[in-house]
Amino acid sequence: MSAMEISNLTRETIAKMFAQGKRFDGRKLLDSRDFKIEYEVSNCAEGSARVRLGKTEVVVGVKMAGDKPYPDSLDKGNLMVSGDFLPMASPRFEAGPPKFNAIELPRLIDRAIRGAEMIELNKLVIKEGEKVWTVFIDVYPINDDGNLIDAASLATIAALKSAMMPALDKDGNVDYEKKAKDKLPLAKDIAPISVTFYKLGDALILDPTREEEEACEAKVTFGISKKGKDYLINSCQKSLEMEFTEEEIAKMMQILPEKFEELTEKLKKFL
Amino acid sequence: MMEEDINEAHEAGEEMVSSSEGKKRRAIVPGEIIVTGEDFLPGDGARREGDNVVASRFGLAEEAGRIIKVIAVTGSFIPRRNNVILGRVIDVTFNGWLIDIDYASSSFLPLMESPRFVNKSEMDQFLGIGDIVAAKIWSVKSKGIDLTLKGKGLGKMEGGMVFHISPNRVPRVIGREGSMINLIKDKTGCDITVGQNGWIWVRGENVDSEIKARQAVELVADKVHTEGLTEQVEEWFAKK
Amino acid sequence: MALKRIDGRKANELRKITAKVGIIPNADGSAMFSFGNTVAIAAVYGPRMLHPQHMQNPATGILRCNYDLLSFSVHDRKRPGPSRRSQEISKVTEWALLPVLDLKEFPNTVVDVQIYILQADASTRTAGINAASMALAHAGIPMKNLVCSVSIGKLDKDLVIDVNKAEEDFKDGEGATDMAIAKIANSNKFTLMQLDGKVQPEVIADMLKMANKACEEIYKIQEKALKAVLE
Repeated sequence: MSAMEISNLTRETIAKMFAQGKRFDGRKLLDSRDFKIEYEVSNCAEGSARVRLGKTEVVVGVKMAGDKPYPDSLDKGNLMVSGDFLPMASPRFEAGPPKFNAIELPRLIDRAIRGAEMIELNKLVIKEGEKVWTVFIDVYPINDDGNLIDAASLATIAALKSAMMPALDKDGNVDYEKKAKDKLPLAKDIAPISVTFYKLGDALILDPTREEEEACEAKVTFGISKKGKDYLINSCQKSLEMEFTEEEIAKMMQILPEKFEELTEKLKKFL
Repeated sequence: MMEEDINEAHEAGEEMVSSSEGKKRRAIVPGEIIVTGEDFLPGDGARREGDNVVASRFGLAEEAGRIIKVIAVTGSFIPRRNNVILGRVIDVTFNGWLIDIDYASSSFLPLMESPRFVNKSEMDQFLGIGDIVAAKIWSVKSKGIDLTLKGKGLGKMEGGMVFHISPNRVPRVIGREGSMINLIKDKTGCDITVGQNGWIWVRGENVDSEIKARQAVELVADKVHTEGLTEQVEEWFAKK
Repeated sequence: MALKRIDGRKANELRKITAKVGIIPNADGSAMFSFGNTVAIAAVYGPRMLHPQHMQNPATGILRCNYDLLSFSVHDRKRPGPSRRSQEISKVTEWALLPVLDLKEFPNTVVDVQIYILQADASTRTAGINAASMALAHAGIPMKNLVCSVSIGKLDKDLVIDVNKAEEDFKDGEGATDMAIAKIANSNKFTLMQLDGKVQPEVIADMLKMANKACEEIYKIQEKALKAVLE
């Protein structure tokens, strides 16, 4: 893959194509690529999954450890989402301190999960006030062909849904050799999916390839889940320099529930 | 433009024509013995070790008479003098342009090497940051690469689109005597400029014909083997 | 008396190996290699520009290796970020691979090798080197030969090939001695040697003999995985 930055020509061409509702791979502007999910990326993780969305590949692992609770939530377990844009996934990723995208992605995943209350943190207390479980979610892109955020969110849901509680030995320490019996306590049927809209000119698109993503001028990520019959926006963050109009935001609000249903249906096949 | 492409393919010595030419080819890994015998001459990608001629890289070992070489099928672009490449302007300096040609060293296009006189004050109108330019490699030194725009078909690319394929696949995208690239040009009605560094420019009447040309090029580039490639491409066009 | 290993293997039996080349489309070369439950992936980018400029070598391209464990590859979560251990392994990996590479054609550039362990069951650095060797070849880097790497263990007095974690933790008798080697394929040149434990000098030759045999098997698998790309 080339490390060359996007040219004026390519950006103009992509803008022209989007204006005509066209994309290189034949998709419509709001069509997502097909994805596949595999499990057990690591048998040392409490849960792990790999997603392949087109050529974009992300792995997510869930680990748990006994910890002190935070002072303002003594009756709850902790959640920590981290990630690293390892240099293997793209010629653009360099070793060293994380760039903005690498900082933003885990935080977006974190807020979507917290907002939807997908993990029942109140069931993760080992000894009230003294010891609780911390759920670590670690996100690693393996190959970046665009839309890492949405890909990561699918793998995160899969990893969480497959996660098992580690066993504790008689001293209250984690015994990783013992077989786990209980699943990580998750709120029933809550799965916040992240959907990121990208904009170039007046066109709104979903699930860009890397080339398309580099041409785009604005993006906004929504975490959306469903409780009973109600759709809930759990998180939202706009990035990049261009603005979104009120009409565009209204359009997104219309598209989000449909997109949520479509992605949830596809995801169900793998859960 | 076309004649220069063909010259490049021959000079690079990595033409990937059909193996029915009487040249035997087989997959080889570094260090593997290709042939044994004093008569053979190790060429590009091969070396002699005692009686054996041994591979010095991964690729397709080719025996063309006595000359044994290993054709690279994977890997990044290695610039050579006279290569025509497509690059992206990174910077406009006081005496030329800095161009990214997708190689580890930076490339420089001196103001003097433009095809017509360009005033210092209009340099960035002639070639601005982010523009795509077709240029010829004039010299390759460890300090950097020098480019020139003096030649047919070179200069700023206007309109159309650029995309990237693996540089090793460029010879087969051009084809023997340009046969493949001409086929794609005919079927799509597009202008196409092929850079040895794997960057390709297409411009057609409309976006659809440009997309078709790109898909055809990518189809050719993605295949590992070249036998019957022309027929496959003709079939593909017939279906569209 | 035949040694009975915890997972039932014979003394000179390797764990099941899987190898695949071309797993990361963005990279110039990439591969995965696993010994049983130890899974390593490697990505190669280069030759490419090297920053900062003072690190550039006008006589040759340089090789830069980075090895690390993914945080969930081990039972006790590893905090993201390089550790002393991973820095040391990165450097010895670089020295293990450099002798087969010829980077003089690419002055002032760098060839970056990224090795990550997805799942760890001991012998991770050897799996990493095997993956990196294939990835470098896949990237078309001029290479004299492939590099093969394997671990040899001494459990009390018994020598075994390809140590897993349970064997690493072996405590009976003289305990566990763990040796990691890498060699240039089909040669007698060793480019990586690391050891800890207790072993008499005379036994080293036996360990290397065992490693030689194992590396022949590993080479065949690497060769097959690379050639599969060209089919």
